[in-house]
Amino acid sequence: MTKKYRFIGKTTPRKDGVAIVTGKADYIDDIHPVSMLHGKVLRSPHPHANITAIHTDKAKDAPGVRAVLTHADVPPWMTGMPRHVKVLDQRVRFVGDAVALVAADTLEQATAALDLIEVTYEPLPAVFDMDAALAPGAPQLHDIFPGNLVTDFPAFGPNTLSKVVRGDVEKGFEAADFISEGTFGYENIANPLPIEPPGVIAQWEDDQRLTVWSGTQSASWHRWIMQSKMGFPDIRAITTQCGGSFGSKNYAPQCLFYASALAKETGRAVKVCYTKDEHFGAFVLRLGSRFCGKIGMKKDGTVTAVAGDWMVDNGAFSDMSQSQIAVGCGEAQLVLNCENWNLTTKLVCTNRCPSGVIRGFGGQELESAFAPILADVMAKAQLDPVEFFKKNYVKPGGKYIWREGNLWTCRGKDYTDAMEKGAVSFGWKDKWNGWLVPTAVEGSKRTGVGIGIHGNADVGEDDSEAYIRLNADGTATIHASVSESGMGQRSSLCKMAAEVLQLPLEKVHMTPPDTLVNPFDFGLVGSRGTYAVGSAVINAAEDALKKLFERVAPELQAQPEDLDTLDARIFVKGKPEQAMGWGRAIGIMRSVTGYGEFKSDYSVPNFLALFVEVEVDTQTGAVKIKRVVTSTDAGQIIDPPSLNGQLYGALGSAGLDTAVFEETIIDKKSGHMLNMNMCDYKWRTFNELPEFENVILETPFPTHRFKAIGVGEISTSPGPGAVLMAVSNAMGQHMTDYPLTPDRILKVWGEKKGIKNETV
Amino acid sequence: MKKTNGKERTAVTLVVNGVTHELNVGDQPYQVSPCHTLAQTLRETLGVTGTKVGCDQGACGSCTVIMDGRPILSCMTLTIQCHGSEITTIEGLADPASGKLHPIQQSFVDHSAFQCGFCTPGIIMASKSLLDRHPSADKQAVKEALSGHYCRCISHYQVVDAVMDVAEKGEGDR
Ligand code: FES
Ligand code: FES
Repeated sequence: MTKKYRFIGKTTPRKDGVAIVTGKADYIDDIHPVSMLHGKVLRSPHPHANITAIHTDKAKDAPGVRAVLTHADVPPWMTGMPRHVKVLDQRVRFVGDAVALVAADTLEQATAALDLIEVTYEPLPAVFDMDAALAPGAPQLHDIFPGNLVTDFPAFGPNTLSKVVRGDVEKGFEAADFISEGTFGYENIANPLPIEPPGVIAQWEDDQRLTVWSGTQSASWHRWIMQSKMGFPDIRAITTQCGGSFGSKNYAPQCLFYASALAKETGRAVKVCYTKDEHFGAFVLRLGSRFCGKIGMKKDGTVTAVAGDWMVDNGAFSDMSQSQIAVGCGEAQLVLNCENWNLTTKLVCTNRCPSGVIRGFGGQELESAFAPILADVMAKAQLDPVEFFKKNYVKPGGKYIWREGNLWTCRGKDYTDAMEKGAVSFGWKDKWNGWLVPTAVEGSKRTGVGIGIHGNADVGEDDSEAYIRLNADGTATIHASVSESGMGQRSSLCKMAAEVLQLPLEKVHMTPPDTLVNPFDFGLVGSRGTYAVGSAVINAAEDALKKLFERVAPELQAQPEDLDTLDARIFVKGKPEQAMGWGRAIGIMRSVTGYGEFKSDYSVPNFLALFVEVEVDTQTGAVKIKRVVTSTDAGQIIDPPSLNGQLYGALGSAGLDTAVFEETIIDKKSGHMLNMNMCDYKWRTFNELPEFENVILETPFPTHRFKAIGVGEISTSPGPGAVLMAVSNAMGQHMTDYPLTPDRILKVWGEKKGIKNETV
Repeated sequence: MKKTNGKERTAVTLVVNGVTHELNVGDQPYQVSPCHTLAQTLRETLGVTGTKVGCDQGACGSCTVIMDGRPILSCMTLTIQCHGSEITTIEGLADPASGKLHPIQQSFVDHSAFQCGFCTPGIIMASKSLLDRHPSADKQAVKEALSGHYCRCISHYQVVDAVMDVAEKGEGDR
């Protein structure tokens, strides 16, 4: 049954569209609270060292300088999970780690003063990969993590998933017709690299009240998460427009510490905006991921057992790594329907820029790492991967242990349809010629196809609250703590409210993302905006209407349930002449407020398949992405261009291109990053766009009034494995390493053809 | 214009979005230092913050403005080099009297040709400059003109559609 909606599913202009195209949208570096100072961070040139002496007198005397702080005089705040990261420490643990902070009248003065700080370091041996970090006698990064292993997993309560142990793997492997095993990595530690570097402005109103402005993705994290790290000051978190995040700017604990410490010292507002260098070298990277294990399978594609060790490199410290391991362990179970699991994990510290929250959140890292093993076992069984994924993605009634350790039963839907429609649009049947067989060969150019899938049950994660205020002038105001970092979510929430309230879209507004004026919302993570935040807003709108109808029913001589509203006019159903405008109904000096909430629900996973066609040139080693088709089911599209934009995002933010060219390169001798600028860090340009099509089904979901779920977060995740498969088929040889740069292609091709080439 | 410290100072004249600014060269907050980039002067000194700085390394295109008819990277241009130039920023595109959006701006709104929107001002300025010079540019020309613009959200497809919509209508050189 198709439902006619006035706004939902239609293309409507983004509420902030005009502000964006006229330059009026304010991002963090566009705002300047009165008498604001500029903060800068002195950063370590050593990957691991003790600071034995630090002299700041010259810097303090420099023109315009208002404060210089070192490890000896910063507040005792701590971040990390569990707490192990100070504002500044006497030990630095990666090239780019913070050493001292300066606040000055101008940015130039603050930058100049950094050069006047004299630091003596005692260099320590460092570890740049997991093997070195785990070797006996390896240098230790943190006293609380002996052997450089993080073993405390408090992310989602006492039973947070740190392994998947289900059924009996020994029996599972006995029952298998094919088994593949090996050790494979997804260790590009790529950078999500939003165009805008992160930044925070902090100002203390008094000893206990702190205001922070930032361009974050989830407005309230800078209040509720940071409070516990700073001795519970009353933090007012305000979010500006956010210039891209992809998870990375959900929050910025270090940046917030630096600005807040300098603000405390100076009694002024202090802005700390990272340069692109700092964004590359001292913010967040993807987790390094390596899977060492095996997968067993029957001839018909039934997965009989998954066993192995997932090794995760989180860099110099851990903040959300445990959360990502928990979600990754959950997501693997969605993708592989299997009764027997023994998946263990190790979380390892190394002397490089830390990893943080990034779209794909654990699942992308784990699935990309085991993709070569899965491909190998599918190839042994001669199974069409589309058929395999159709059989194995979680279906209604399917069970999985989610991140907090509980067993959930899927009450979502069967995505077979979505996979089939995607395959048809892509032309899979014509292009798939079997494992390691190219689709076409023309001279040195070989074409191949691949598919990857991914899904997440976090679409209903965590809690949301919202208020909606109906005003006498026929407008409505949504109070919800929701930022705008590119998903168009603020506009989509206005559409949902306008649809319930039957108000013109331009009459529905939203309060700014400011925790002082809004109730709690967890934020825009895990594609939860549509279902979780949407539910709270819809419930608030319904609650407000109910109150309004109850108020006017007696005067309209009707029961509240007999009333309806259209364009701020209330009428008796079937008797449009028995009506009253909102102005009179509400009263010019009053308003009507409704409340709505949402409580977490992990039973409705989303899904995305990504089909890719690549062309490999065996003469140059170039891998060209020719065509991408994604397919999903969104239940009900809220805003077509916003959803399409999220799906196109598969190419951005350390997604599909981590299989082609994206990687962070760290020199294994010095610990310095070798490509920390936008010329050497490769990215896709307008000239290199593949054909791209999104196939979006709309089968109603058991979520909320509009039967929709979100799918944006996961678009980066299926790409890397899909590309690996497509290139393998093009080359006629399993490819196992990310990214598939020309040197890797030529090396493998040369070995295959028996060509010796000294330069590769 | 006020001179500081009795020292000889030169002044820089910029016409920004039709308004003439005469700026003293010096190191006070309201002055232009010889090391200031045009992006800095626009954003910090003149408070015209619609021009965005994504990398400050000449590699992302977000700081693009139109100077004397050509798109330039304002983060790679020293302000003192711009003396006598006419500069248009994103704030200067809409009709000043009516506030009506330029057709390219309107097309970006109609196509939702942005996600986070941070790359948008630079991309719109480059598109405007292209269509000023080649009102009916084809798709390939648009892609090439925008090839130095980084968009991490991947709004490329919608951007190309938005620009082509205007190019085909021949409204770009309004
Ligand atoms: S800010 Fe000028 S090119 Fe990136
Ligand atoms: S829209 Fe975010 S970078 Fe282009």
